[in-house]
Amino acid sequence: MSKRIGIEVSIALADAVGLCDVDVVAAYPITPQTHIVEHLAELVAEGHLDADFVPVESEHSAMSACIGSSAAGARTFTSTCSQGYALMSELCYIASAMRLPIVMAVANRAISAPINIWNDHADLMYARDTGWIQLISENGQEAVDLSILAFRIAEDQGISLPVQVNLDGFTMSHVIEPLMMPEAAEIKEFLPPFKPVLRLDPAKPITMGPVGMPDVFTEARKAQDEALKSSKPAIQAIFDLFAKQFGRQYKLVETYKTEDAETIIVAMGSIAQTAMTAIDAMRARGNKVGIARIRVFRPFPAAELVEAVRGAKNLVLLDRVTAFAGGEVSGPVALEIKSALFDNGLLPKVGNFLVGLGGRDVTQQNFEEMVERVTSAKNGDLPAYEFINVRE
Amino acid sequence: MGIASEALKNFKGFSLKNLPEVEPLSPGHRACQGCGEVLALRQAMKAIGTNVVVVSATGCMEIISSPWPQSAWRVPWIHVAFENAAAVVSGVETAYKALNRKKIVDQPDVTFLAYGGDGATADIGLQALSGALERGHNFIYLCLDNEAYMNTGIQRSSSTPFGASTTTSPPGKKSSGQATWKKNVAEIAVAHGTPYVATASPAFPIDLMNKVKKASLVPGPAYIHIYSPCPTGWRCGLDESVEAARLAVQSRVFPLYEVIDGHYFLSRKVAKPIPVTQYFKPQRRFRHLTEAEIGYIQVKVDELYEKLVEKCDQGDGNK
Ligand SMILES: Cc1ncc(C[n+]2csc(CCOP(=O)(O)OP(=O)(O)O)c2C)c(N)n1
Ligand code: SF4
Ligand SMILES: [Mg+2]
Repeated sequence: MSKRIGIEVSIALADAVGLCDVDVVAAYPITPQTHIVEHLAELVAEGHLDADFVPVESEHSAMSACIGSSAAGARTFTSTCSQGYALMSELCYIASAMRLPIVMAVANRAISAPINIWNDHADLMYARDTGWIQLISENGQEAVDLSILAFRIAEDQGISLPVQVNLDGFTMSHVIEPLMMPEAAEIKEFLPPFKPVLRLDPAKPITMGPVGMPDVFTEARKAQDEALKSSKPAIQAIFDLFAKQFGRQYKLVETYKTEDAETIIVAMGSIAQTAMTAIDAMRARGNKVGIARIRVFRPFPAAELVEAVRGAKNLVLLDRVTAFAGGEVSGPVALEIKSALFDNGLLPKVGNFLVGLGGRDVTQQNFEEMVERVTSAKNGDLPAYEFINVRE
Repeated sequence: MGIASEALKNFKGFSLKNLPEVEPLSPGHRACQGCGEVLALRQAMKAIGTNVVVVSATGCMEIISSPWPQSAWRVPWIHVAFENAAAVVSGVETAYKALNRKKIVDQPDVTFLAYGGDGATADIGLQALSGALERGHNFIYLCLDNEAYMNTGIQRSSSTPFGASTTTSPPGKKSSGQATWKKNVAEIAVAHGTPYVATASPAFPIDLMNKVKKASLVPGPAYIHIYSPCPTGWRCGLDESVEAARLAVQSRVFPLYEVIDGHYFLSRKVAKPIPVTQYFKPQRRFRHLTEAEIGYIQVKVDELYEKLVEKCDQGDGNK
């Protein structure tokens, strides 16, 4: 049976990865991911986890070693963020194109400069076009559950894609939370042994990573696109399986008090938890506000999001990164949503706010201000995006 | 006795009489005629056989052997990127170690071989190589050194020899070609405490194959630096690349040696060297060099050779 414990989220996540009986971990330290990989190294060193920890000399080599390991048929895990992610990103495109089910935890952190070790979603957005599945957690329980789910999703032979588990750096990675930690036997029941579709094996030689000339490249890209596309229903089905066994139901888009909401916030990650507290307070004053929280950013659940916000007059869309597009288009999350709304002929009033950059807190009051800003604005008055909570 | 000497104590080499027939790298690939790099790789693969996983860096040998849906590889082969073959092979080797220990597979005797060009090895991939050597993975790394970035059109690398003309070290009014001396990656591998390090040349195929075989028998990392003439980039005749490789050894430009557990052994003493000009002559990349420049090169080549001989003499004596 699962046990309720109080534990630092990074440690819990590493324990969960260990319980998934990972074979190889290759990783390089970077704040605030360090506790995750340190704990995995410790589990291996103490003999609690029968795996090999490869202490590589860079994140570039971390992902390279993960690709080699996964291609050889081992269950493979790494973790990074920020500058580390940027350094390994060349290989992230290759891991997904080679359909290797690597799991990576990203303790989301800002990207330099100025150098800043605190939380925002710059690395999450840096990764969005790499062909990985991106899962987003909001609290410790979700970080643990999504890590277990990540292996199940990645290794599903119909999916066979790498998966990122995102957790906010420090605000999640370094806090102690109460959570239900599943037992090894329960995880074993949920997560079958890794059976690779193809493997580097002298008994059955294959060529992996060949040259793709113009006459085949488009076909290869389309096949990869299909894989990510068709993973969407498969991910929800695996979430449902998880719910059956563990009693915690996840959805591609999670909603809170959206049914009758006139104003809906759309957010990702731990700030959504603050938003829900703000919503309760606003509702107590008769303000009909709800929230849609994006659980899976890639594949992007456009249909589910449109369904969730269909009835709203006002949308408050949050981005936790600056996109540097020149000022006339919204941030990346808002852009996705606006595009989905357009495709569905919906024209609510939309405000896009860049918040929580490089560790700046987003308070309950900030949420109330953003809701007020959109509800009171006249149609057409709202800019493509605005920074909030910024000193002049 | 060190781990390499221990592993090699009963070593029986190849001879012309017992050359393996196996061709893990099959004919029909798209290398240029007379390519010394693919010749060296073919010899190496014959020595290794088929119980192997091969990791390739981006470069000529990757491009010419894997235009999907064709492949010249009869053994499992993976290419990921330019600068990371040593890191990828680290992952493959570690996976096999874990899977064997956990009894998920029963394949304890597989050899892990990574190769890259001089650019992939001496320049952009040096960090990944250093990491893999330092961590002590059980793998062989072959540097196929054709002394420039050939795949992208003959640009200089840190392994391009002094004076050579490349597209990014062109001779001109203010340049006499490559301005720096060739980086010695074999010495860098030795400095890592790598149990087996060697230099080899496709002009000496039995020696090359024996070295690759030895590398596979040594537990832990092994590094072999292979001189790999490229007629396209060196601008010599298509039928001259084996000869170029031979002249490089005979002129002491590229001495053949082994470093076993840190002890140096000359594979081939060059008592009566030919002048470097004889080696340069068929290659148009050296054609612009002045007498003074050639003189400088000759002195330095002799000096470096003497230093190497000294190291060999200091050890357990030469073979
Ligand atoms: C990160 C990166 N930078 C540059 C390139 C372009 N590139 C591909 S192969 C190559 C040169 C290869 O030279 P070398 O390693 O000496 O191999 P050769 O082709 O000479 O055998 C270059 C520069 C690349 N593929 N990736
Ligand atoms: S360019 Fe040189 S190294 Fe490349 S295939 Fe041709 S001959 Fe071989
Ligand atoms: Mg080269």
